[in-house]
Amino acid sequence: MIIEHPLLGPRDSAEFTYMGDARLIDRPDASSETAARDFYEYGYLRENPAGWHDELWFHEAGDRSWLVVTRNTLTHEISKVEMARDVARSRGRSK
Amino acid sequence: MHDLISTTALGGTEPQINTFPHVTITENDGVALASVAARMGHEKACHAALKKLLGAVPGPGRAQLHDPEAGFWMGPDQWMIGAPKASHELLADTLKDLLGDAASVTEQSGAWVCFDITGPAMPEMCERLCGVPIRQMQSGDAQRTVIHQLGCFVIRREADDHIRVFGPRASAATLHHALITAAKSVA
Repeated sequence: MIIEHPLLGPRDSAEFTYMGDARLIDRPDASSETAARDFYEYGYLRENPAGWHDELWFHEAGDRSWLVVTRNTLTHEISKVEMARDVARSRGRSK
Repeated sequence: MHDLISTTALGGTEPQINTFPHVTITENDGVALASVAARMGHEKACHAALKKLLGAVPGPGRAQLHDPEAGFWMGPDQWMIGAPKASHELLADTLKDLLGDAASVTEQSGAWVCFDITGPAMPEMCERLCGVPIRQMQSGDAQRTVIHQLGCFVIRREADDHIRVFGPRASAATLHHALITAAKSVA
């Protein structure tokens, strides 16, 4: 499987480490009334889709960047690769 | 008064040189290093200061080979700056004075070991060590990769047969062993 790194170009997936569902970017608000439930879901519950899935990949054997990779779990086709920091910032996680 | 003798990363008083028929591995004890990470909102000021220092700001996968200070890209808004240790031992302090609040600077001289690999068999040796596309790399290309399970930087220098490898200093002997093994296998 080849991952098209946004900055470094096509890289073998062996250089990367899978770090889980990209929803981990959306850390719940600890001051929310439903925080206990939110963190339980954040920590333990995952979708397991047969199809398109947004995933975090860490370029461990490369430039150590975190990526959000949109991958089809049935075919391993990759439709989109973004820098995780850009995704996080676009969701207001830049503070 | 202490009378201390400085040692190289491999533990000697002089840098180690290993010569093989077509390739030479030289421990380079003369590089001072410091990392620069632009602070959020100060990226432009950091770029401007680095451009003034190096002549250009290296982009992804690139190094700016320049004297006395040189630098290479490590990640978005992050660079490693190097300079001769003899004249720039306090490189991190100098850079901090230069960059101020525009960037966070960390001393790195004590964290890395530097090896220069030269000779006509350098590409074959590099191919045995790591996955960088050495035959496609041009002068000034810099890649982070893994050699012998160690995260290393490989920089293609001016000469076509010369790469510089930066690896974790605490594992200098392990990296050196991997380089020697690869050099023997191409000899």
